[in-house]
Formats: sequence, structure tokens, C-alpha cells
Amino acid sequence: MSYLEYQVKYVPVGFRKLLFLNWPIVFLITAVSGFGFLMLYSVAGGSMGPWVTPQVQRFGLGVAVMIAMAMVPIWFWRNMAVVAYLVALLLLVAVEFVGVERNGSQRWLDLRFMDFQPSEMMKIALIMVLAAYYDWLPLNKVSKPLWILVPLIFIAAPAYLVLSQPDLGTTILLVSGGGAIMFLAGVHWAYFATVIAGVIGLVTAVFQSRGTGWQVLKDYQYRRIDTFIDPTQDPLGAGYHITQAKIALGSGGWTGRGFMQGTQSRLNFLPEKHTDFIFTTLAEEFGFVGAFGLLILYTLIIAFCVMSAITNKDRFASLVTMGVAVTFFLFFAVNMAMVMGLAPVVGVPLPLVSYGGSAMLVLMVAFGLVQSAHVHKPR
Amino acid sequence: MKRGPKEVEEGARKLSRRAMLLGTAQLGMIGILGARMASMQVDQADTFRMLAEENRINIGLIPPARGLIYDSEGVVLADNEQHYTITMTREGAGDVDEVLARLTRIIAIDPERIEKARGELKARSPFVPVTVAERISWEDIARVGVNAPALPGVEVELGRSRIYPQGLDMAHVVGYVGPVSDFDLSRIEDQDPLLQIPRFQIGKTMVENNLERELRGSAGSKRVEVNAAGRVMRELDRVEGIAGSDIQLTVDARLQNYIQARLDGESAAAVVIDVTNGDIKGIGSAPTFDPNVFVQGISVALWDELNEREVESRLHRRPLAAKTVQGTYPPGSTFKMVTALAALEDGAIEAEDTVRCVGHADVFDTRFHCWRRSGHGNMNLNESLKQSCDVYYYDIAQRVGIDKIAAMGRKLGLGERHDLPMSAIRTGIMPDKEWKRETRDEDWRVGDTVNASIGQGYVATSPLQLAVMTARIATGRAVKPRLVRSIDGVEQPSGAGESLGLNENNLRRVRRAMYDVSNHSRGTAYRTRIQEEQFRMAGKTGTSQVRRITQAERDTGVTRNADLPWNRRDHALCVSFAPADNPKYAVAIVVEHGGGGSTAAAPIARDVMLQALYEGTPPLSAYPSASRGQIAEQQRRLADLIRDIKPGRGTQDT
Repeated sequence: MSYLEYQVKYVPVGFRKLLFLNWPIVFLITAVSGFGFLMLYSVAGGSMGPWVTPQVQRFGLGVAVMIAMAMVPIWFWRNMAVVAYLVALLLLVAVEFVGVERNGSQRWLDLRFMDFQPSEMMKIALIMVLAAYYDWLPLNKVSKPLWILVPLIFIAAPAYLVLSQPDLGTTILLVSGGGAIMFLAGVHWAYFATVIAGVIGLVTAVFQSRGTGWQVLKDYQYRRIDTFIDPTQDPLGAGYHITQAKIALGSGGWTGRGFMQGTQSRLNFLPEKHTDFIFTTLAEEFGFVGAFGLLILYTLIIAFCVMSAITNKDRFASLVTMGVAVTFFLFFAVNMAMVMGLAPVVGVPLPLVSYGGSAMLVLMVAFGLVQSAHVHKPR
Repeated sequence: MKRGPKEVEEGARKLSRRAMLLGTAQLGMIGILGARMASMQVDQADTFRMLAEENRINIGLIPPARGLIYDSEGVVLADNEQHYTITMTREGAGDVDEVLARLTRIIAIDPERIEKARGELKARSPFVPVTVAERISWEDIARVGVNAPALPGVEVELGRSRIYPQGLDMAHVVGYVGPVSDFDLSRIEDQDPLLQIPRFQIGKTMVENNLERELRGSAGSKRVEVNAAGRVMRELDRVEGIAGSDIQLTVDARLQNYIQARLDGESAAAVVIDVTNGDIKGIGSAPTFDPNVFVQGISVALWDELNEREVESRLHRRPLAAKTVQGTYPPGSTFKMVTALAALEDGAIEAEDTVRCVGHADVFDTRFHCWRRSGHGNMNLNESLKQSCDVYYYDIAQRVGIDKIAAMGRKLGLGERHDLPMSAIRTGIMPDKEWKRETRDEDWRVGDTVNASIGQGYVATSPLQLAVMTARIATGRAVKPRLVRSIDGVEQPSGAGESLGLNENNLRRVRRAMYDVSNHSRGTAYRTRIQEEQFRMAGKTGTSQVRRITQAERDTGVTRNADLPWNRRDHALCVSFAPADNPKYAVAIVVEHGGGGSTAAAPIARDVMLQALYEGTPPLSAYPSASRGQIAEQQRRLADLIRDIKPGRGTQDT
């Protein structure tokens, strides 16, 4: 569906587009990232290096990329969707063969000047291709089984590749994000109900069969699942980190122990304190006020995205905006649930706060799409 | 694909509905996250705060300085020496092997020690200091200091350990400390956390052990912040411990030094008591050992040597035993004062009553011999003590009975465990009828009384008990030995004692006889008298058998001591006090298998007594002219063993 098909009353052009940016989101993103710089400064022991300076540079680059993408009409991005998806898929396959292995998982491509993680690109490409697909698909076919198979393949192919790297966190994000777009596009309730019931049934069957003659998995696999679900069963291994994270978080109290005064993070009791576990440092040093404040900032970002999506009559734009919002939500929700001991430990960074170049840039690209959708909203 | 406006509107409406739904679901989950935050950070904050504190704070003990031990003149007997230790950390060194190699080029370190350190450096965390060398000399410290830039990670640390400046002299009084062992821990009841410090030094024997509680002090503590790897980040606060109490002994280091020198070469014990207050001025035992070797960890070879593993048992001289309190011997003739006093107090005899000595006495069908086969003739109290006639005592003992003799012995301090802060103090045996029934399940026989009357048979006494006995005879008071003069400046109760309640006339007669032993030409100790008028000495020699002399041997002539193997020879004993008219010191000497009391023990008693009275080397004029040449020669010989000990700083009396 072309842009011109709408009853367009006014289209901003040139630098006037800047006025039509979703400025609240820009401010919120900047605020959250600022929180991140503070925390990176703190966990580095009060120093700009090694994390704050590169993070600020990438943030600056990210903002530029976001605004630049916002200037480009949203239909261009729709037309790019399939290309982006195919390129990302190709790169994921390439990682299988020529990827660089780190910490036991093969996720990176060595591009000489930087390491590139195709699975990060896939997070956006999948949203784009699914949004484009449902933009193209007539509404009456949305819930037809054959037409459901197509997006399932779109999701399953990268999910399988990413899972084999292995990267469980990203896989969960891809599948949940994809599923969310299918839901938004109007796929019938019954499918989701069936899938959820099926998953619950399967999990129940797997656990119910334990200890009986027909048990599905081996004993050691069950034990592995046990510690995955409840790490405190392994207090010296996986449980150690989550226990220390909970101590850090809880000891923050109402107002925290003060900036750079968190003993848990300063004395290295926390693992990965500049990446996946950075939220614990924040919660320790700024307490409930700081942690809950960050949660509210995140919530507002989601809220502005949802509002933008609801008010946008362009189906692709709306779906992409919601897809980005869901993915963003999954990022911080899984990360926070993980460090608070509500979810198993899977490697998901805290969006915009954790140190990491790819994640920051990918998020900015995603918000670039959201901004482009917002600027080029049919008015 | 072309799409009608109606379709567009419917699609957008449906999308908005689902977007709202999804947004609401997200909000719900955010609510759960927020609730979890509140529960952890608000409701359970105290619990988690406590866990965080437990994580980061370690409590370390600061060992207190052990109390010092001084002699009566303030000379340090047990000191805390600061010594230097070289430690190294892996992270500091970087290349461990290279730094160790450089270190060995600069100073001499045992290669075995280096290998041990190398292993430990690899095994421990990189920041844990590992001891590379201990007890480093000043020179080596200086060398390490100068080369510090080439020795990254190498640190010189200050340690503290016990040192006994008097070496061999005080081993049998002060004892020694050593690292606390599992055996110690199983035995000690107090729960002092200091004992859990690896290689913490505690008193093992003698004063060090018996006054451990006073000497140890109490631990200080420091709270330190540690990181996850256990590295100490900073000290939060520190409470200094309380240093152990200083202890001043009654022993005079100079006299003790002389005693050990004089006893050198013998297997002997000597005790000097100040009769006016019970202070033990000297308490020596030979052979002795160097307590310092125990502090630093004793080698197996030396341990075997001190325990005489290689020595035939009949030649055992037991260097580790403090014979003054741990050895008990038949007192022999030095016991005769007890028998005499018992008989006099009982009224069984008068001092002038005589007994005829024909060289032996027959009691029922057993014949008991006097040491002089030809007999002494008519003996009264004075003559019998002076010449040490045995038959006289056989006779009067039967008249007074063993129970009264034993009661007198106990009154004079025999068979009693004198409570000094020394180890393994023996009670000895002061036998009576009840004792024999209880321990041997036999009736007491008259022959036992006869044996006991001259300090043989079942009687067993320690040199300390003999010295106490002599002090009590000299003063008529229940002198109690005292080894500790003050603890932390607090004077300990005097041992002067109450009157024994003995008839002064009887005591005077016995003392007079003891005076004659040393000053009458027929006395057994006449040759070892003190010539100096104001220091005239009174005493009694003793020669106690350790073997039974058979009738056959008596018929052919008793074998002379010199012809017997060492361990079959008689013990030589001597007790004495001086000045005779105003007693100051009582001395007891036991020379194991020394032969005759008058020849082996009496000279030592006299020399030690003079040393105590003159508070240093006595002039030759104090000796009888006949022995001056030999004494001068002896003084020259001992000069090498006698150290110049200056009165020290540590007098604590107020």
C-alpha cells in the first residue's frame, strides 16, 4: 500500500521534519542512556575509561543514525525489509562457518575494524520483514493456515541459527518479538491459545514424566534444567552470581548506598557488572528510587511507542513501531527479571544502559524506524 | 495490493485494539517487576544489607605482645624479639621464577625453602603474600632494600617471636613457648580465638606454660573490607589487644648462671631459697638445654639427642627434666633432722640421751648397718648428726614411731606438692602406716621405720622439698617457696610463713648440730666449711643408696662407688643454711649418682651459698686455707661459663 493512497493533508519536508520527530522518545532515550553513563562511570571505579567514553561516542553516533533514518520516508524502509532480512539471514549462516568464537559461543563476524553480531541486525530485520509481510497480506488471509506458515518460517529460520550459536537470550527475543507482530497483525486468538496450551502441555509432560518409566529427558538434563530455573540450587556455580546480584539489589534499600558507594559492585562480588548485571549496581547505589525511576522511564518509552503506533494509520509503520516497542520491552523486562531472580539467567543486556556497541547501535536503528514512522505518519 | 479505505480502517482498528491489549499486558508485567523491586529493596532491605556486610567484612585478629619475664634484678629472661621475614606476592613479582632467582643471588636462602615458596606462590591467589625466608639478618635486609627495584613484589615484614637471652640457664625455670598444636587444642579448655591463629605461640612448659593466661594477653581485632576474591581493600577499624602481663621472678639470673655453671658436667639439681620470705633465688638443673631451639622449631636430630634416644638407658641424664621439682630421691642422711625433731618434740628422747653404735643394729631378725662398720660408740643427738651415725636414728625412730616422723616430715614440707608455676612438680613420698596400706596393701613393719629414719626405704623427696625443709628448720616457720615476685607490678604474697609451733630449744639443738656438721672438725662437711666468720654455714650431708647391699658384699667389703657403673652409684646430697646465727639462704643440692654427700654435694652447696651471700664471686678468704688453691683453680675454670649479667630495666616492684 503506497503512501500516496492515504488522504494526506500535510507532509513535512526537509528540515521541517525535525519538528515532527517524536521528541519525548528522544528525551527519554537520552535520559536512560545518561543513567547508563553514570553507572558505567561508577563500575569503572570513578573513571571515564574504559567504558564511558566509547559508550558516549556510540550514543552520539546512534542519535545521528536515528535522526538520519527518521528523515528517510517510512516506505523506503518497507521496501528495504526483505533485502535487510535476507542479508541478515545470510550473515547468520556465515557466522556458522567463519564466525569468531568467544566465551563458548560463535556470534561474531570479524569485520577487521569492528566485530559485528548479525543476530543483533536480525532483531530489526525480522520485525521489518514481518511488518512488511502483513502490510502486503490482505486482511482476510491473515488467519489462514497457509499464510501463517510463511511468517513462522521467517521466524524459525533465524531462531534456529541463533539458538545453535548458542544464544538463548536472542532466540527468545526473536521468537517473542515475531509472535507479538503476528498477534498485532490480527492472527486469530485460537492459534496463540493452541501454541500456549501446547507449550504448557509439553513442559508438563516433560516434568511429569520425570522419574517414571517413560521419562523424556535424561536425569542430568533434568538437573541442568533445575539449576537453570532455580540457580540457588547451585550456590557456588550459577547460583553464586544470582545470589550476589540479589544481595546487591536488596541492600540498596529505599535510597541506595550512594553513588559509587555500592560495596557489592565495587568489591567485585557482581559478575558482568558493566553489561548484563549493571542494573544491580544501579539498584544498589540508587536504591528503590533509582531502580523504579528507570523502570518508569522505560515504561514511558513503551507508552509513547504504543501511542504513536495506535495513531498511525500506516499498517507497516504501526507494526514496526509496536514490534520495536515489544522487543525493547522484552529486553529490559527479561534483564530485570533475571537479576531479580524472577527468571533464569539468559544473556540479555539492559537496553541503552549496558555497555556494548552493537546493542546500542541496533536499538538506535530501531528507534530510527520508529521516528521515521512517526514523522511520515499520514496526516 | 490495492486496499479499500474501509479495509484500511478496519485493519487499523484491529491493530490498535491488539496494540492496546499488548501494551496493557506489558504494563502488568512492569507492575510485577516494580513489585519485586519494592519487596526486595524496601521490605527485605535489612536482610540483604546484612548479607552485603557479611560479604565484604572480614574480622582479623591482632595477636597481643606476650608478657616479658624478668629476674629479681630486672634482667630479661624471656623477651619478644622482632625478626624480619621476606614475603612475596605473585601479582607483584610478575615473573616469579626470575625474581626468586635474583633474590637467591642477593642473599643466601635454603634451596628447599625456595622450592616450597615457589609451589605456594603458584597455588595461592596472586595477592597473597607467601613467606620466602624467615629470620633474616640485618645485612640481608639491607641488601634486599638496596635491590628493591629489581625485586618487584618482594616485601620485608616484621614478625615477633620469643627469645630467651639467658639461653641454657633458665630453661628449667622459664620453660619455652612453641606453636600451638592439635594436642594443645584438645587439652586447653579456654576458647581464646588467638589459639586458632596458625603457629600462634603458647607456653609449653614451666612458667611460660603455668602463667600462660597472664602472659598471653588478649587479642585485638581489625575489621577489613575484602573484595570477592578475598583481597583486603582497606582496614575499617581496629581495636588493639591488651598486651600480656610482665612477670618478675624471684630468681636471680646471676646466681642461676653460677649454679648452672657449677653443676655443668654433673647430673644434678640445686635450689637456693631465701628463708626470710621463701623466694627462690636459684633453681638449677643439669644437664640443661637451649629453650630457643624449641621456639623456632626443633630438628628431629636435636630432639632425639635431648631425649637421649641414642644413649643407653643406664646413662640417661635427662636434660629435659627439671630435676629440682621433677626428680625425687631418697634424702638419705639429710632426713635425719626430721627423725631427730620428731623424737625431740614427742619427748621420746632428750638431746643428751645416748645410743651405743656398734656399726649395726638388729631389729627382729634383720640386721641394719651403720655406714661406719666399726661403729661410732656412744652417740647423742649432736654427735649423731655431726658424724651422721645411722644406728642412733634406727633406735630413736623405733621409739617415736613412723607416723610422728611422717607428720614432722610433712610439717617441714616433705611429701607436699609445693605449688610453683613449674611443670610436672612431684609430690614425693613421705610414707606412714596408712600410706603403705593404701598404696601397697601391706602392713607397715618396724624395718620400714628403720629404713625411713635415715631417709631410705620409701622416702622420696625432691631437691625443692629439701630446700624448703632446711629453710623451715632454719627459721622455725612454715616457709613457702615463691617463684613469682610480681605479676604486672602486683607483688605476690610473701612466703615467710607462720611459726611451725616447734619447741625453740629443740630447733636450736638441731641447728647447733647442723652447725657442727660444717664447723666441727669431726663434722662430715668440715672440709667444705665457710671460713668467713659472719657467713658461717650449717648443714647436713647425705648419701643415699640406690641399690641393695647384700650380706655377701658386706662380708667381702662394700664395693666403692668409683668401681660401680654410674647408675648404681649413690646419690650425693647436701642441705645447708647460712649465716648460721641469722639465716638468710637455704640450699639443697642433689648430685645424681655423685657418690658421697660430703665429697660430691657439700662443695657445691658451699660454693653456691657463698655466691648467694656475696652476690657474686666470693673472695678466697671465705674458704678454708687448705682448699683455696683448688678453689682458685675452679674459679678460673668457671670464668668461661659465667656471663657478665647487668641488672636490667624491668624491675616492676612498687
